[in-house]
Amino acid sequence: MTVLPRTAARTERQRMTRAAWLIGLGLVLLILPRLIYPVLALDILAWGLFAVAFDLLFGFSGLLSFGHAAFWGTSAYVTAFLLSHGQGVPVAMLGGTGAALLLAVPIGFLSVRSIGIYFSMITLAFAQMISFVALQWTDVTGGENGLQGFARPGFLGLDFSDSTTRYYFCLAVFAVGFYVAYRTVRSPFGQALQAVRDNEQRAQSIGYNPTRFKFTAFLISATLAGLAGSMFTFGHGVVSLDVLNWRTSGEVVMMTLLGGTGTLFGPVIGAGLVLLLRDVLTTANLPVGIVTGLVFVLVVLFFRRGVVGTVQHWLRRR
Amino acid sequence: MNTQLLLIQVFNGLVNGAFYALLSLGLAVIFGMLRIVNFMHGALYMLGAFTAFALGQAFGLGFWPSLILAPIIVALLGMVLERTLLSRLYGLDPSYNLLLTFGLTLLTQDLVKQVMLSQYAVSSAPYTPPAALAGVVNLGFVVFPKYRLFVIALSLVLCLLTWFVIEKTRVGAIIRASTENPGVTRAFGIDVGKWVTGVFGVGVGLAGLAGVLAAPIYSVEPYMGSELIITTFAVVVIGGLGSILGSVVTGFAVGVLAAVGAAIYPPIANTLVFILMALVLLVRPSGLFGLPEGTR
Repeated sequence: MTVLPRTAARTERQRMTRAAWLIGLGLVLLILPRLIYPVLALDILAWGLFAVAFDLLFGFSGLLSFGHAAFWGTSAYVTAFLLSHGQGVPVAMLGGTGAALLLAVPIGFLSVRSIGIYFSMITLAFAQMISFVALQWTDVTGGENGLQGFARPGFLGLDFSDSTTRYYFCLAVFAVGFYVAYRTVRSPFGQALQAVRDNEQRAQSIGYNPTRFKFTAFLISATLAGLAGSMFTFGHGVVSLDVLNWRTSGEVVMMTLLGGTGTLFGPVIGAGLVLLLRDVLTTANLPVGIVTGLVFVLVVLFFRRGVVGTVQHWLRRR
Repeated sequence: MNTQLLLIQVFNGLVNGAFYALLSLGLAVIFGMLRIVNFMHGALYMLGAFTAFALGQAFGLGFWPSLILAPIIVALLGMVLERTLLSRLYGLDPSYNLLLTFGLTLLTQDLVKQVMLSQYAVSSAPYTPPAALAGVVNLGFVVFPKYRLFVIALSLVLCLLTWFVIEKTRVGAIIRASTENPGVTRAFGIDVGKWVTGVFGVGVGLAGLAGVLAAPIYSVEPYMGSELIITTFAVVVIGGLGSILGSVVTGFAVGVLAAVGAAIYPPIANTLVFILMALVLLVRPSGLFGLPEGTR
């Protein structure tokens, strides 16, 4: 029997680990509505995809966006607006996702030229601006009341009044979104993106245009965040100003960190953990804000690799 | 619109600008020394206001003693946090300290909310300005509340004082040297680490002081700092984190521009600062007073 060279063996093992994560995650998501109530399960899908979209930008491009609520929330509102104006579910969700992409063009253009902390502050500021616009544009957004009471007409014989049906429909949408993110990261584009993240000058010197790569990554990330936002509206049947709040931008950062930045699987796990924790706290009538704030602080201080990162690190050391 | 109304808006803008200036000044000083952006600045501003309120409730302290005491308490708390938590992340990407201070913001706001609800059974509380500053002043061309004029004046004095200390004194020379090149400064026998904590204390102390000043204008409320800090970030992006004087000038200028713009076209009131930010980013990505990235 031939012995594989060390590097090949390592690549092979990495591939196996990835396959294991993928199968494990897929299985859990398939049976999730049997374990917890379907609306919470759907929340995990929506926030999970949102966190994957964020990870694409933070983990793989090194850009810490503090304003991703802008894309998630805009899409959530546009989806709700289209549904309440008699559009079908696919049109509404695609419309919302498209709106997120359109919004990402000017915001991305103005922000990706800045680096580090500046990028974070600029994205946060733009998201706040969108939030103010939604607050004031009451004809379209319903202002403080938000939008609710819109129909979710069935599609391909699916009855969307049943939350389990909604879950499995969203699981299919989630799979598409996750696949796009996965392919993006594994493609030559994704490799170049990581080169830019690790050393911008070096990437530039071998002929890549860092700004263009970051801009494209920003657009893909915002579009996926939009897709997730439309799932959120579809799942709940209501949308309120919370979706555009700066806390929403922070929450997705926390989910990603907790699950494992730059792992793509991790953010989904992080989203699940945060939402389950929040559910438990709310049920037990404990102060949600204090506990999540504390978890955030502890994760940043002591658990920066996140769940998946820690497991991978541990596997690699063996 | 008439000139009278416009002038009132200019003064209101100066009041807002006073808060932007005090906060962005603190952010700039901290950024200069520590290379981190303190997201907690808004929460510490709120804590300044809350401390003044709590001192009044517990010990019957009025505005003047609180104006001195509350910023000192906030500064001390900030210094403890810097030593125990922030300093753990100095070797890492500055993003982690932004995230840490973000988490601390969530924690602080909700803790204060709990305390206000359980101790005082209120979710927000009014705070009375001192009797000496009650009423209005007739400036000849416009009538304006005395307290608000005091806020503008005190903020200007504090900003100029900070600028003077940093640019003209020996202490300022040490701070500027530590900012520019910590390694060389250490080689001259100066303990940069010790100064870092002090500078952080002064920066957040300014935020606490701004909070006490804001308490009589807006009411004391756990989330009073969160929107302000985001607007201040936009102001910081407009001005650039480059200079102390730049952040002060930008703070006041943006305050006035936004207020006047809001008077001309009211729906734009909340968003004008961000539109200004977008325009500045188009023309000068590193801000009006900022150095181009990579040169620092």
